[in-house]
Amino acid sequence: MAKPLHEPGVVLDGFRLDEIAHQGGFSAVWRVSRPGVSTPMLMKVPRIGEGTDPAAIVSFEMEQMIMPRLTGQHVAKCIVVGDFAVQPYIVLECIPGKTLYERLPELPLPYAEVAAIGVKIAQALDDIHRQHVVHLDIKPSNIMFRPSGEAVLLDFGLSHHDQLPDLMQEEFRVPFGTAPYMSPEQLRGIRSDPRSDLFALGVLLYFFSTGVRPFGERETIRAMRKRLWRDPVPPRRLRPDYPPWLQEIVLRCLDIEPGWRYPTAAQLAFDLSHHDQVKLTTRSERMRRDPITTVLRRRFNKDLMRPHQPALAAHLSSSPIIAVAIDLTEGSRAINDALRVTTERILATLPSARLACVNVLKQGRITIDFTLDEFGHNKQIERLVALKHWAAPIELDERQLTVHAIEAIDPATAILDFARANSIDHIVIGARQNSLLRKLLGSVSAKVAAEAQCTVTVVRPPPTSQDEAAPATDDVSLSSAG
Amino acid sequence: MQIALFADIHGNRQAFEACLKQARDFGAERYVLLGDFVGYGADPDWTVTTAMELVDQGAFAVLGNHDSAIANSREQMNLEAKVAIEWTRGELGTQQRRFLAQLPLRQNDEDRLYVHADASNPASWIYVISTVEASRSLAFDPAQITFCGHVHRPAIYSMSPTAKMTAFTPTTGAAVPLLQGRRWLAVLGSVGQPRDGNPAASFAMLDTKKRELTYCRVPYDVEQAVAAIRKKGLPRWLADRLFLGQ
Repeated sequence: MAKPLHEPGVVLDGFRLDEIAHQGGFSAVWRVSRPGVSTPMLMKVPRIGEGTDPAAIVSFEMEQMIMPRLTGQHVAKCIVVGDFAVQPYIVLECIPGKTLYERLPELPLPYAEVAAIGVKIAQALDDIHRQHVVHLDIKPSNIMFRPSGEAVLLDFGLSHHDQLPDLMQEEFRVPFGTAPYMSPEQLRGIRSDPRSDLFALGVLLYFFSTGVRPFGERETIRAMRKRLWRDPVPPRRLRPDYPPWLQEIVLRCLDIEPGWRYPTAAQLAFDLSHHDQVKLTTRSERMRRDPITTVLRRRFNKDLMRPHQPALAAHLSSSPIIAVAIDLTEGSRAINDALRVTTERILATLPSARLACVNVLKQGRITIDFTLDEFGHNKQIERLVALKHWAAPIELDERQLTVHAIEAIDPATAILDFARANSIDHIVIGARQNSLLRKLLGSVSAKVAAEAQCTVTVVRPPPTSQDEAAPATDDVSLSSAG
Repeated sequence: MQIALFADIHGNRQAFEACLKQARDFGAERYVLLGDFVGYGADPDWTVTTAMELVDQGAFAVLGNHDSAIANSREQMNLEAKVAIEWTRGELGTQQRRFLAQLPLRQNDEDRLYVHADASNPASWIYVISTVEASRSLAFDPAQITFCGHVHRPAIYSMSPTAKMTAFTPTTGAAVPLLQGRRWLAVLGSVGQPRDGNPAASFAMLDTKKRELTYCRVPYDVEQAVAAIRKKGLPRWLADRLFLGQ
């Protein structure tokens, strides 16, 4: 056995090694401390020396390159990278708590909880994908949760960064990953498709909701390659009460063709958090696996479907989620028509985009609002019907369209919250034309445009002859009247 | 220290001026010129004079095949390049020609090596276009990072301690960490005649403290550079290709 390189109490570049937290195959992880720093920290030190697996070093090099470039709540903050030819190391923020792996004895979990976990992981994936990284080793032991609830992804040693040399790919040219979670395209040696992470998340969701791994646990290349043509047993066959929406989502993640999965993690998170609006295809009803003819076709006509591989950034930007805020009150027809024209223009070049139509019903601060109006109609359902009616001329696939009726005291804040919670890329909103109303209520679009974290398009109806005579009353302009 | 690296300027004054300004704005403290100051472009005398001034102020410079061809008519070249060199010979003054004639083929600077083409046999001007040439070049000199040009298309190669090679096309503006655990060969894009389909002038910045290399692209006045080439009666393609970046 190799002599241990470090012992408790040793100080390395100002960091005191306190105790071993984890001894992995590729590296040792130490709890470390530093005078004047109160945050708990971990130091990852690769095993280097005679007989070390070269993959251990290369995967550590990938982490050395990727970790300092990642930011946000969904990764452990990188404190310092020690890049020394003799003794490299990485110091990371220590996330308290346990990984999802600890929950394996509790499986299967309730469906709602699986969906909630799935939303958090998908949001974390969306965040790292937007930072040019494909994780490629999503599995329970690489996922933790912050006390505030966000999922944190661990271990980027097998990851691919769109803007950095892929040392793993170049050096080994064999698939690396964790057998039960590895996507078909990873087995073919493709490392740059973000939808590989959606496949792994699909495996995790399947496993957590049924207690069974969809492709087993066997690690031989031969056993793993089966997933290139063999689809998993539909979850409903394992659990008769399995919700059709969850089967739809899980099997879509597990599709053999990356192009038939969700285009982005944000769109997957969206479906998981609005499962009452998931389009139920034959996937949701499936009780048995694909017929043998299909399997044989996949097995022996592999080239029938050529995998199309857009660059990561181009792929993400072609599949945005667009939210359009629709006013359903009387007299908003002109602005709603203009909103539709603009929305159609935005969607024209984006076949994988999806559209969320949002209507906010303003509530009084004190008055109690009733669900039924004075004629006994359900206001909520009426609004959803009206939103669908508005969207009908755009002729979107059911899968691309969702409608949302929200009640809120402050409409602008409600729209901003909706956009943040659903990783919306683009908000389309109309400017209120009636200057009296705007003076009384303030401008919703101005607040949304000023405070949103994504792109906002403010739409105005085309001027009528009447408007031309009078000066335009303009919702977002910064003129003194506004 | 911030080091600005330029290769294959090829007498393109507009492109070189734009890159130098950008490098100064990025805080460049040292300049490295990787050869081929002349050939193709309409302002060889200005370019060499500027290079001489930079070298006087401490810049590193190495010889390129077009620079070598000024004094040495045996250098092998395609027809258009030959025409351009014949014209360039009649443009450069004595001092400029002397400056080019005394340029070294290779220069070492701490753990870095500067060379125009493959370092193992620099006077043969072998293009580093794959891991095969890159590994041969890296095997020749123990420097941790080799910088070269000649290809006119950006690329980064690395060699692991077990001599495994990797190849990578850098993304403009994205810093690439040159890890200590392996050796690196960076092929720069061209300042004066890019050939990767992007007409913007190309150079690179090395941050020696962070050990990060960033490839930069600078839009410049292509029309003016093209007009100058046409005015001198040089082959038309030498002008037209600047619009295409080919």
